[in-house]
Amino acid sequence: MLAFLLRRAALVVPTFFGVTLLAFSLIHLIPGDPVENLSGERGMDPERRLRLLHQFGLDKSLPAQYFDYIRQLLGGDLGTSLTTHEPVLREFLTLFPATIELAFFALLLSVIVGLPAGILAAVKRNTVADYAVMGVSLTGYSMPIFWWALLLILFFSVQLGWTPVSGRISVEYDVPALSGFMLIDALRFGEPGAFRSAASHLVLPSIVLGTIPLAVIARMTRSSMLEVLREDYVRTARAKGMPRSQVILVHALRNALIPVITVIGLQVGLLLSGAILTETIFSWPGVGNWLIHGVQSRDYPVVQGGILLIAAIVITVNLIVDLLYGVINPRIRHG
Amino acid sequence: MKRTRFLRRSALVVAIAALLPAAAAAKGTLVYCSEGSPEGFQPQFFTTGTTFDAVSVPMFNRLVEFDIGTTNIVPALAESWTISPDGKVFTFKLRKGVKFHSNANFKPTRDLNADDVIFSWDRMANDKNAFHGGTGGQTYAYFDDMGMKNIVEKVEKVDPMTVRFTLKRPEAPFLADMAMDFASILSLEYFEAMAKKGTPNAADIFPIGTGPFEFVSYQKDATIRYKAFDQHWKGRPKIDSLVYSITRDATARYAKLKTGECQVMAFPKPADLAEMQKDPALNVLSKEGLNVGYIAFNVEKKPFDNKLVRQALNLATNKEAILKAVYQGQGQVAKNPIPPILWSYNNAVQDYPYDPAKAKALLAQAGYPNGFEVDLWYLPVTRPYNPDGKRMAELIQADWEKIGVKAKLLTYEWAEYRKRSKTGEQTVMMFGWSGDNGDPDNFFVPLLGCEAVKGGGNVARWCNKPFEDLIIKAAQTPKQADRAKLYEQAQVIFKEEAPWITLAHSVRFDPVRKEVQGYKMDATAHHYFNNSDIVK
Repeated sequence: MLAFLLRRAALVVPTFFGVTLLAFSLIHLIPGDPVENLSGERGMDPERRLRLLHQFGLDKSLPAQYFDYIRQLLGGDLGTSLTTHEPVLREFLTLFPATIELAFFALLLSVIVGLPAGILAAVKRNTVADYAVMGVSLTGYSMPIFWWALLLILFFSVQLGWTPVSGRISVEYDVPALSGFMLIDALRFGEPGAFRSAASHLVLPSIVLGTIPLAVIARMTRSSMLEVLREDYVRTARAKGMPRSQVILVHALRNALIPVITVIGLQVGLLLSGAILTETIFSWPGVGNWLIHGVQSRDYPVVQGGILLIAAIVITVNLIVDLLYGVINPRIRHG
Repeated sequence: MKRTRFLRRSALVVAIAALLPAAAAAKGTLVYCSEGSPEGFQPQFFTTGTTFDAVSVPMFNRLVEFDIGTTNIVPALAESWTISPDGKVFTFKLRKGVKFHSNANFKPTRDLNADDVIFSWDRMANDKNAFHGGTGGQTYAYFDDMGMKNIVEKVEKVDPMTVRFTLKRPEAPFLADMAMDFASILSLEYFEAMAKKGTPNAADIFPIGTGPFEFVSYQKDATIRYKAFDQHWKGRPKIDSLVYSITRDATARYAKLKTGECQVMAFPKPADLAEMQKDPALNVLSKEGLNVGYIAFNVEKKPFDNKLVRQALNLATNKEAILKAVYQGQGQVAKNPIPPILWSYNNAVQDYPYDPAKAKALLAQAGYPNGFEVDLWYLPVTRPYNPDGKRMAELIQADWEKIGVKAKLLTYEWAEYRKRSKTGEQTVMMFGWSGDNGDPDNFFVPLLGCEAVKGGGNVARWCNKPFEDLIIKAAQTPKQADRAKLYEQAQVIFKEEAPWITLAHSVRFDPVRKEVQGYKMDATAHHYFNNSDIVK
């Protein structure tokens, strides 16, 4: 087990360096210039331009800038935003709880709906229920997030008035950000309306962000269940007269869940990248919204630091999933 | 069984009801759906309208200010001022009894006085000032970019309520410069108190000003909250609190305005305007923009060094068609480089009519009977003065084709576009300008002055001696009426020399819910809420 752990952990180091190089190269490859971005049509005082170039380290060659960045990273410093002049890590930590809160509810929704839907489709294979689940999940998977979000806003918020359009809580409540998780903070705030408002603000963004993972989980559950249902031990259990529901839920589902858990782990990456668009449309003050703005303003430290931190989270979650998988399935840890 | 089903249904109804949006904002609160987050809360450091709207507009004042809705300069923290006959000395008499805001860490012990004004200026101008360094290495962007160091010689305290600015040269637009956001007045006492507490940066992060609203809280990328300042020198605002609900997507802003989650929204999408105007719950206010969209010919490059060619392309461009197709009628054709709402606009100037036959004849006279090929750079982004650069370029390309001029359309990423334009790489390019103060000098000098050829703002790279003499003289002439005459003459030269095709001045729109009363659109595109009220 220890050898497996070390082997997996050793892979993490080159992956991190790969991510820093990729993020650095990509943001520098796209045209644009952070200093020019600060100037607008008026133009900039040449002296100030030089001062800023020097201050941001942009007067050095690209390799030198990269090595400076790595040196700074190894010292535990992710840099300072070029637009707000705030440390990148502090900005990330301020905004990240909002993203986790949204991603958590999106994942919860996708598991609660996706698992039963996949089981239903497998058990009722080639029936209307199967076609319906697979058809809807394929549509969900292919839906452009932007369009889907706007559609939901126009219908549920503007037409029916059931949900708020965007944001995390009604402006009526000035809930202090203690934990950063709005539901928790709103609950502690004491006013009953605050929690209700925070919950209602979560509904549409969670549906939008959860749609693709839901489709993936439903499809994966279906195919995994189908495979397991064909196994001999399932047939034997059925032959011995065990109730159908018990065979499906106890014998089949348990084994079918192994690949599904891996897929759920992989959704973390999808949720964090999906959050970029979802947060922008719903004015959700999380890291996705922040990153988009960083790219638009060519805020190099924000983009590099944000990508690195998100990559770190995805890598860590995958590592945990791999380890769990190893615990569940001994063949993997000895393989 | 039935009972269980009933209970389940009831639970579902309760759950759905619990999720319904809470009632709209409390009475006396105005919610403004703004387009982005401020870069910070210190008006001296930043340059974007978004930051000014959130910082200097609600929380600070200047010595003089623009009367909301016009570009007229009115007294603010200075109740009066005098300008010496040579135009070099500006003396401001400060208003008595002006109070500063307070917060948990600071309670002001005195009213505004000359020390605050001198400190606010000296902090930007003097790198030896103890507070010059600022937080995180920010620069005094506007102060530097406007070249203030080359304009102001010294600032002195005449008496506790009088401040004197002595300039290095006569500069009439200086008064308008002082009404700009970067010239907001800070509290010296607050900065000193924070320094004494060992947290000097706090003064830049938690703003204290004299403006109509006090800072309450900021949740990054989500909301900014203010409360009415009871002791504001102009009287307390009518609303109790003001909330900026940061909503980057224009469609989401519109949806929030419709549902009443906000009462005023920033920057509507042009495509939504027709629907907004039909909505009985909304008032769509409009205001002529303090801007100009234009095509600049690089006069340093052939064939645009020839005035006849520039005039010919002016004649070949159908501006009315562009106004209809690109601005969807929401603007007016431009004939001068300044918009008609600016004083000194010369209405007597005759624009080039759309006349392809005459244009072709002029081209032949210039030695290009068969036309020529040219690269036309078009705007890669939507700007307040030009909603769709590409569509505009296509229309111009088709117009010019008729006289044999083949335009190849080119563009770059926006920052790259501006950067390249400053080097003079362009032959013909689309550009524009939104005025940031109400002085005509703010258009003529940065866009058409000879110095701006070097600085890069004059993308036509047109330096014309008679024109330059007029605009420099106008800047050094103290009386507005005399200045206006000089600018009027400059506009005649500009039209004859045709370094640009002046295309359009766009109109700005602020959609506002009907319950908001007293809101007035500002000429310099800021959003002021101190006169607004909510009437249910």
